[in-house]
Amino acid sequence: MISCKHVSKTFENNGQKNEVLKDISLEVAENEFVVILGPGQCGKTTLVNIMAGLDHETAGSVTVNGKQVDGPAPERGVVYQKTALFPWLTVEGNVGFGPKMAGLPKKERKEKAKHYIDLVGLSGFEKSYPIKLSGGMRQRVGIARAYCNNPSVLLMDEPFGHLDAQTRYLMQEEVERIWSQDKRTVVFITNNIEEALYLADRIILLSNCPTTVRNEFKIDLPRPRDYISPEFLKLREEISKHVETTE
Amino acid sequence: MKEKKLKYTLISTASVFCFLLIWYLIADVFKVFPSSTFPSPFKVATAFVRKLTVTTPDGGTLGKHLIASLKVVLLGYLLGIVIGVPLGILMGWYRRVDLIVKPLFDLIRPIPPVGWIPLMILWLGIGIQAKATVIFVSAVTPAIINAYTGIKQTNPVHIWVARTFGASNFETLLKVGIPSALPMIFAGLKVSLGASWMALVAAEMLASTEGLGYMIQMNRMVGKADNIMVGMITIGLVGALLTYILETLEKKLVKGGRNK
Ligand SMILES: Nc1ncnc2c1ncn2[C@@H]1O[C@H](COP(=O)(O)OP(=O)(O)OP(=O)(O)O)[C@@H](O)[C@H]1O
Ligand SMILES: [Mg+2]
Repeated sequence: MISCKHVSKTFENNGQKNEVLKDISLEVAENEFVVILGPGQCGKTTLVNIMAGLDHETAGSVTVNGKQVDGPAPERGVVYQKTALFPWLTVEGNVGFGPKMAGLPKKERKEKAKHYIDLVGLSGFEKSYPIKLSGGMRQRVGIARAYCNNPSVLLMDEPFGHLDAQTRYLMQEEVERIWSQDKRTVVFITNNIEEALYLADRIILLSNCPTTVRNEFKIDLPRPRDYISPEFLKLREEISKHVETTE
Repeated sequence: MKEKKLKYTLISTASVFCFLLIWYLIADVFKVFPSSTFPSPFKVATAFVRKLTVTTPDGGTLGKHLIASLKVVLLGYLLGIVIGVPLGILMGWYRRVDLIVKPLFDLIRPIPPVGWIPLMILWLGIGIQAKATVIFVSAVTPAIINAYTGIKQTNPVHIWVARTFGASNFETLLKVGIPSALPMIFAGLKVSLGASWMALVAAEMLASTEGLGYMIQMNRMVGKADNIMVGMITIGLVGALLTYILETLEKKLVKGGRNK
């Protein structure tokens, strides 16, 4: 469970203040899939980094499972916006990195990595280096790597932002499938309404900078969803109206 | 792939052959310069074979000089990288080390390694220590700079990944900082090697009683251009061989390729 209370963040550069997040409050229930939908450059990465403990809020507080966040921890897995695989490690090495840091013996580590590599559909690529993989495959490895450390919370920062449309659809279906098989509390960031609608139990809509929570939508459509069902299109229409007014 | 390699081999062979041919034409056919100062490739080849066994006029066979040079260069070089690489890594990772070492380093760095020779002769004579120290100075600088820059260029997101997985700062250095700096470190090792080899020849010309640089210097005094060229060619070949060994090692150690 994640809870952000009145979180604000102001960056200071050479005396110039830049207020990015302003009084953001939100809650994510256990095993809930929450999508945060926000325009470009509105501070989405900043918010994820604060939840991950990689950055600190200037006001307010963030708790995960009741504990104050004051630094990064293995219980919060992160899938990063830019491919952040270690180029010097194989797929297996990348996915097994978390368990290695946790001190798991080699054999267990390998089994675990194998399990999650299979889960994201990359069996057979265990020994490949990231440079040989396509963008979509790299993000699959990124997801497996975050999952493999058994985090209770997954933070995914626009993981498919730079994939082509076709691959993006495919990856959305994959994330939905993986999450259904292995439920976690997920915060998924995107600027794409369709993606948000396909994945979310609940959508949190952010405003432009300085960013606040603009609106919330509970999405009750049955899963897996159909991009062109009338209900889907209707919701899409409705949410896009709200998005437009934030511009 | 195979075809490309074959083409490459063919072209480089042809290039070397052309060079030798032009050299031969200038020296032996058109006789542009007197052959005592501009010997033909054949004369140099003969001198090369002769120098394997003959010790005049420089007091040693080619093998003896080569071994003397290699000893000095490897001692100075290995010392330089064993100290330079870790120092550069620590400077790049720990701010405190950076603050302490950087000002000194920035002051010493602009002094060319051969500029150390007079002082080293004064302190250590013309034995192996003086030369090895000069080579150490040549090798250590690029080793430090490259390791430092490599570490500084570590992708911050990679550091985040390690930290979210609970790695300590030191573990992050070992598992993320160093592997990601490795290509830069190897580039530094190659630059260091080149610098060492060049400094060696300079040091031996000024302060030595053996070695390839010394051999060249002695033969200049008696005007034997063919032996000078034998010395130069040996320096070139051995330098290339050492670089090749280093590159082979690099291929073994640097995995995965790096331009994402
Ligand atoms: N470390 C920092 N120091 C100063 N300003 C920063 C820092 N990080 C981010 N910012 C500023 O905060 C704002 C939001 O950045 P952030 O990367 O969080 O946005 P984003 O919504 O993730 O953008 P994108 O859509 O490109 O992913 C930007 O204007 C950026 O310049
Ligand atoms: Mg971002």
